[in-house]
Order: sequence, then C-alpha cells, then structure tokens
Amino acid sequence: MVDQAALENDQPLLVATSLSKSFGRIAACRDVSFSLYPGEVLAIVGESGSGKSTLLQLLSGQLAASGGHVSYRMRDGVARDLATLGEAERRFLFRTDWGFVHQDPAQGLRMAVSAGANVGERLMAVGWNHYGRIRDTASDWLTRVEIDVARIDDAPRTYSGGMRQRLQIARNLVTEPRLVFMDEPTGGLDVSVQARLLDLLRSLVAELHLAVIIVTHDLAVARLLSHRVMVMKGGRVIETGLTDQVLDDPREPYTQLLVSSILPP
Amino acid sequence: MNAPAYNFAYLDEQTKRMIRRAILKAIAIPGYQVPFASREMPMPYGWGTGGVQVTAAILGPTDVLKVIDQGSDDTTNAISIRKFFAKTAGVATTTATDDATVIQTRHRIPETALNESQVLVYQVPIPEPLRFLEPRETETRRMHALAEYGLMHVKLYEDIARFGHIATAYAYPVKVNARYVMDPSPTPKFDNPKMDNCPAPQLFGAGREKRIYAIPPYTKVVSLDFEDHPFEPYRFNAPCALCGAEDSYLDEIVTDDKGSRMFVCSDTDYCEGRQAAGHHGSLSAAPYKEKAHG
Ligand SMILES: Nc1ncnc2c1ncn2[C@@H]1O[C@H](COP(=O)(O)OP(=O)(O)OP(=O)(O)O)[C@@H](O)[C@H]1O
Ligand SMILES: [Mg+2]
Ligand SMILES: [Zn+2]
Repeated sequence: MVDQAALENDQPLLVATSLSKSFGRIAACRDVSFSLYPGEVLAIVGESGSGKSTLLQLLSGQLAASGGHVSYRMRDGVARDLATLGEAERRFLFRTDWGFVHQDPAQGLRMAVSAGANVGERLMAVGWNHYGRIRDTASDWLTRVEIDVARIDDAPRTYSGGMRQRLQIARNLVTEPRLVFMDEPTGGLDVSVQARLLDLLRSLVAELHLAVIIVTHDLAVARLLSHRVMVMKGGRVIETGLTDQVLDDPREPYTQLLVSSILPP
Repeated sequence: MNAPAYNFAYLDEQTKRMIRRAILKAIAIPGYQVPFASREMPMPYGWGTGGVQVTAAILGPTDVLKVIDQGSDDTTNAISIRKFFAKTAGVATTTATDDATVIQTRHRIPETALNESQVLVYQVPIPEPLRFLEPRETETRRMHALAEYGLMHVKLYEDIARFGHIATAYAYPVKVNARYVMDPSPTPKFDNPKMDNCPAPQLFGAGREKRIYAIPPYTKVVSLDFEDHPFEPYRFNAPCALCGAEDSYLDEIVTDDKGSRMFVCSDTDYCEGRQAAGHHGSLSAAPYKEKAHG
C-alpha cells in the first residue's frame, strides 16, 4: 500500500521557475528557480537591496513577475500556476493555506480590534459562525503563542512589540496553513525578545510541519530556523544549499563576507 | 411670481433620468451600492439630500408623499422636505402611512405594513457597512465584489466580546438576496425584519457619499449574527403609554426633571391611529395631544 502522506511530502509544495522582476531599469530579481517541499524552511539572506522582499512578493503572488512563474500545489493536490489564479482564489489561498508575517505588525494586524477578533478573523472569513467556538479557538492560539488569555479582549496597540509579533503568528496559523511567508519577523525586536520569538517559531514549525520562506538579514535567524539557505546579491541567487553547509563552509566570496559579518547587515 | 424657475420636483429631467438609471441598476443588483452623480440640493447634507434626490426622481404628479424623521412626521426636517415637494412638485402630502404612495424616511420603517403600491425611500448618511473596520475604499469595494464578508462578523464579535451581546442597535448589517452585505443605516435593528420579503420596493440614497442601493419587492433580507448569538430585534419591554401597543418600537421620553419616564410609540401616525381606534395606554391621550399639537 502506498502511504499517501509520504507521497505528498515527496512532491514540492511550491516551485519557482526563472522568476524575474524589473522596476524600470532596476532588475530587482533575476532568474530565480527553486523548489520548496512540505515542512521545509528556506531562508533568503543577502544585503539590503539584494531583492529579498521582491522575491517574497513574487512567490506569494502579491507582485506580478516580469518573467518566469510560480506554481503551488493546492490542498487538493493539484499544482497551479499562481498567475492563472483568479483574484478570489488567490485571496482565499492567502487567508487559508498561506500565512504572511510582516516585520511591522501594524501591517499584519488590525491594531484597533481585540486580539481575539484578530485571531478569529480568518475563521469568520471561511464561514465560522459560532462565537463560542471562534473564541475558544482564539484562546487556544493565544496560549500556543504564549500570550496570556486574559489579554484576549485587548487591542494589539496595547501589546509590546514581541507580543504583537506572536499575535500576528497566531492570526496566521489559526487556519492551519501549509506555507508561511515571513519578511524579517524578528527585525526591530530586542535581542532577548527575538530569542523567545525564534524559539516559539521553531517549535511551531516542527509541530505543524509548516513550510516557511523567511527573509532575514540575520544569519543567526537563518541558522536557528532554516533547513536551507539562498544567498541573494543584486537580484540573483548566488549560492544555495543546506544551512549548515552554506554558513559553515561558504563557497562564494560574497557569502564568506556575509558570514564573517564584514558586510553590514 | 411667474412660472417657477425649477422643473417638476426641482431636479431637471436629465438629472432625474440619470438617477433613475442608477435606481434601476440598484434594483437589478439588490444591496449593491451604485455610484451616482449626486447633485447639490437646496438643503444641507445632513438633511438627507440622497433620499430627496431619489424621491425627486421617482415622484409623479399623482403621488402622495409622506416624510418621517425618527418615526415622526412633525420634526423640522420632515416638515421641510414635505413642504419642499409640495411646492416644487405640487404633490399631495400625508402623514398617514396607508394613504402614502412614496414614503421618505430617515430612521424608521412604519409600523403599518407596506404594500406593493408604495415605495420606501431611505436617507442614508453612511452607505458602506465595512467602513468602520476597513477605511480603504478600494479594499471594501473588492470585498463586496468577492463577497468577502468575514470582517462584518469581526465587528459583531467585538460587540459580544465587549458587551456580552451584539450591542449594535442601529445600522445593523444585513445580507440582501444572499449576496451583498448592506447597511440599512441609521434605522434601529427593530426594523430589520420589516425589510425582509417586503412588498414595497426600498430605495436608499446617500447624497454626500454619492451612492444609491435598493431592495426590490419580496427580497430576502437577513440580519447577520452568530449561531450562539442570534439576531434579536430590540424594543423596550413596555406597552406604549398612549395607545398600549406592545409590538411597536418605543421612544423613551423623560417627563419631568425628577427622571420620570414614559415609553411611547416612535411611529406617531401608528400611535395616533390606534388611539383614534379606541386603544388606550396607561396615560390618557389628552395631555399628549396637547403637547404634540400645542
Ligand atoms: N516598488 C518598487 N519600485 C521601484 N524599485 C523597487 C521597488 N521595490 C523594490 N525596488 C528596488 O528593487 C531592489 C530590491 O529591493 P528589495 O526591497 O527586494 O530588497 P531587500 O533585499 O528586501 O532589501 P532590504 O533588506 O533593505 O529590505 C532595490 O534596488 C529596490 O530599490
Ligand atoms: Mg526587504
Ligand atoms: Zn402608541
């Protein structure tokens, strides 16, 4: 008998083929190709302006590519080219099977709405219609991201930076997505707050078998969370491989500079 | 004075045709907000220029017009609008719901059931039900287009989280014809059930926001809620002090400076009709009559 789950894990969740994006004369992203498998964490590193955020936007279908394409294997097992999805399908994907964690929590949260409603919104968007169950699920998720349930009715503008980020994660994970995009999720946080967030992310990712594409300046973040690393420079992927390999034994001179922290973050 | 300097019902025929086209489109897509080129009217925006323009566009010489504000025919606002059309269109006006063919309203739907030969026109200040949580117009338009209404329940969730029940009492969101979510603002939610399957067409005009929307006759209108917090039309738990009605929407009236209160029908025509038919409340009708017409 064939193990269906094993078979699913055998096939890539997302495949990028020759992705390119230009803004006028600036080639922000050039000829990027890779495959991402279920449960795999991929870190995209590189100096400022190297095209990391642009690539993330292309991969998540928020930006139309100038060339190449992205295919995603939907929950029904069928791989679809993102460019052929209708807007309704794309938005649905975004609030069910995908998550997006922003560096600035104000971009990913409704700052004036209670934490419970922030977490419950995705559930309501997919038709949950029982207040008690929505609230219970929101409470569970607050607990999982180490937010005191007593704060469930407080708006995130009363939260600390670290709490906001954890709330943003709960808000994204409540629909049990298979893929989460993160753009500098630990940026702007104190070191100790960062460490706690990374610990939490690491255990959630393992527990939920999440695939993650995380953009970061911080190689320590990449080392702690990711299985694989892609190094970008001038819009191109110049080196890619298993995280330990790339960070411990970089082949490219640019990566060597990055690793030895000679390049400014 | 010679012939009046304005057209029948004030607006020129071309403008009325433009508004009628918007109304027809609104009827064809129940609950959908149709943009229209709202005109300046000789009254301030707060006075319901959207409703006035809709009324002007649909009014014919044989129509009988009723105008209500907070359920009453006798507020300054209601009287001015009634006079405006009596003068510019020469139509008959009435305060009796049964006699009216066009009823313009700001807050209430009459207690007396409407029929197929009547049209209800609402003056709407804020047509967008999603505005409160999503200020970006491009985004709310997309949400309507894709029927993404999770946000509407976020608002109701917040109510329950804060007050223990859905505290929204006015402008309570409804889903029209199982498709568009609509704001019946600013009617009390007590009136929401009257919108459902109503024989009379219901037209909504927002002047400042330049939107017209509609509920065609006999259309399904459902108030949003949660399974475990179902929609409940609220009314004070008391009979009307004047006519004894137990099914009408009540206004709370403070009767002296010691905090004494009484509850009376907000729909004055309904209340007076019941009193004329011999119904009584705990207070005799006489002092109220004196007050209302004094
Ligand atoms: N909307 C845009 N219009 C024009 N140019 C853009 C736009 N977005 C990005 N760019 C350019 O594309 C290049 C890559 O930018 P991108 O934001 O992807 O870099 P990044 O690696 O995320 O940088 P950082 O680490 O500073 O966030 C830069 O030269 C940037 O100026
Ligand atoms: Mg960036
Ligand atoms: Zn009464």
